[in-house]
Amino acid sequence: MREPEALMVEDVQIAGPLVGGILIGLSSAWLMLMSGRVAGISGIVGRLFHGPARDEIRWRVAFLSGLAVGGVGLVFVLPEAFPTGAVRPVWLTAIAGVVVGFGTRLGNGCTSGHGVCGMGRLSGRSSVAVVTFMAAGIVTVLLTRMILESM
Amino acid sequence: MLAWVAFVAGAVFAVGLGVSGMTLPSKVIGFLDLFGGQWDPSLAFVMGGAVSVYAIAFQLIRRRSKPVIASQFQLPNSAPLVDRRLIAGAVLFGVGWGLGGFCPGPALVSSAALGQSALVFTASMLAGMVMFRAVGVPAQNSVEK
Repeated sequence: MREPEALMVEDVQIAGPLVGGILIGLSSAWLMLMSGRVAGISGIVGRLFHGPARDEIRWRVAFLSGLAVGGVGLVFVLPEAFPTGAVRPVWLTAIAGVVVGFGTRLGNGCTSGHGVCGMGRLSGRSSVAVVTFMAAGIVTVLLTRMILESM
Repeated sequence: MLAWVAFVAGAVFAVGLGVSGMTLPSKVIGFLDLFGGQWDPSLAFVMGGAVSVYAIAFQLIRRRSKPVIASQFQLPNSAPLVDRRLIAGAVLFGVGWGLGGFCPGPALVSSAALGQSALVFTASMLAGMVMFRAVGVPAQNSVEK
């Protein structure tokens, strides 16, 4: 009987994303409830470069430390969360990083800031941003694949 | 207090990213690969779960006059609905995201795990942010509420 097996695999594939998403939502809500701040990663990092006050530096560093500690914990508890190889060549990854760094600051947000927190509070600006970066990402992946396949 | 609140937020956020699979660039690209024939809907479920929880929580939170341990809410300016910066920034972010399969959160978490691609991406992402600062475009302001 194949069907129960197939159902189980599908459940597992949805459960991880759903539970992970719920944890992301909860942690973001926690930050907003307690501190009134948006859990937007690009902003948390990016504004460090704009000479913030000491309190601002402290909570941002604390958040990033939490991210790092969580990451290290995952290494031991859920190592399959991390890739074993590289999906893209190093030079392309470097270009991607610069573009993301600049773009998230220009657009004032990313998947966490605009996607989760922005859409979560029904922000029109964030919804526009999300549709835009999703479309850009989709087109980029399509073009990248076409170029790589033609080589 | 604020530091501890933020630390806990970051730690749970990281775990969420790991559990969700978003620390795997292949899964992100698999989602953005709408026309590739092997579309991976995982990211939609991550977003769905995260946005649903945050949306419900936010409706409860916004009834408060202030956050629990801070003096005011800090939310971004909501007007205008669309401007060139927003669009340009979102386009750039989407392009970089599609090229690398990383966005800021997963890149940082994977960097803590010493992933090579993640470290390269994070370093260059920071460079991109510094470039933005150097160009002199001011950061968008928050509206204190």
